[in-house]
Amino acid sequence: MVRYGRGETVKPENIRVCVLRIEGTNCEDEMADAFRAVGTQAEKVHLKQLAGEVSQDMKRSLEDYDILALPGGFAAGDYVRAGAIFAARIKSTIGRDVNRFVERGKPVLGVCNGFQVLVELGLLPAFEETMSPMPTAALCTNDSGRFECRPTVLRNDNRGKCMFTSCVNRGELLMIPSAHAEGKLMSRDPEFIEKLEDNDQIVFRYVKENGSKAEYPWNPNGSGSDIAGICNPAGNVMGMMPHPERVITRFTHPDWTRDTRNEDGDGLRIFKSVVERLR
Amino acid sequence: MAVIDIRIDLKKGVADPEGSNTKKTLESLGFKGVTAVKAVKVFEVTLDMSADEAKECGEEMCRKLLANPVIQNFSVTVR
Repeated sequence: MVRYGRGETVKPENIRVCVLRIEGTNCEDEMADAFRAVGTQAEKVHLKQLAGEVSQDMKRSLEDYDILALPGGFAAGDYVRAGAIFAARIKSTIGRDVNRFVERGKPVLGVCNGFQVLVELGLLPAFEETMSPMPTAALCTNDSGRFECRPTVLRNDNRGKCMFTSCVNRGELLMIPSAHAEGKLMSRDPEFIEKLEDNDQIVFRYVKENGSKAEYPWNPNGSGSDIAGICNPAGNVMGMMPHPERVITRFTHPDWTRDTRNEDGDGLRIFKSVVERLR
Repeated sequence: MAVIDIRIDLKKGVADPEGSNTKKTLESLGFKGVTAVKAVKVFEVTLDMSADEAKECGEEMCRKLLANPVIQNFSVTVR
């Protein structure tokens, strides 16, 4: 585990990542592989292991990890609402530990269903407190009314607060695929977008391939202001609908046979960024 | 013993593809005059307590899990 506050350089291999799973999460393998690709120690951990509902040798403690990642999937079958059951289980078992984890400034990443969990948990947008007791936003059904699955182009609009975009230039475009049915970010607060903007909480916006304003299908869900990902006011909790863990290598980009660059996949930048910020 | 019905419906302006798709299909089957179809969710919960307590408990269940106040309304009725 990383020891904080000593001014030493932290080696990536000393960074421990907890990829949290329950029944129905299905992107934990890719998420753990993505974190391993940037040199960290990533472990897939079932919620029961953190809640102590397992044998002694299986038990894990959240405080032993440096990064918490909530993968995509259909946690608990998305019963009740997408992410609602996973969020309620986290809250009722390790809610306090998660709150402490976030308050200590440790990074938390939620992708797709993981983003929905962060919103249901009240960790995003979290205008007033670290973890609001009730959700203050929602990721609701796409305007099209169906599952949208295709490459999407994201522009980094963060001014520097988010820990997950420290290695991505402002305004830079990343091609990261989306695959979801409920990704439209909504709130009842009429100043929602302004508040996000003022606090530097907007991380990614959907844009067209040439970087101009997105419309359907480039914005797959109808999310207001084309928002694809946001962070909390402190910048250490980030949720996004598209899947960066699916584009770690060039080979999973749709244009890889035509692309002569021999670079990493665009998604890797997000994982590199957070490791860089912890070093 | 009390049995409560917890009804969860979507707030105005939230997409309801199940409702709109059902409306379209009913029309295609020849049903005339279908002006709206809304899909709602109902949880039937049996509780070992008085009717008043059960209603209050059902509302707390909505606040803690069953409804997201941003997109959903809830109502609890005792049978």
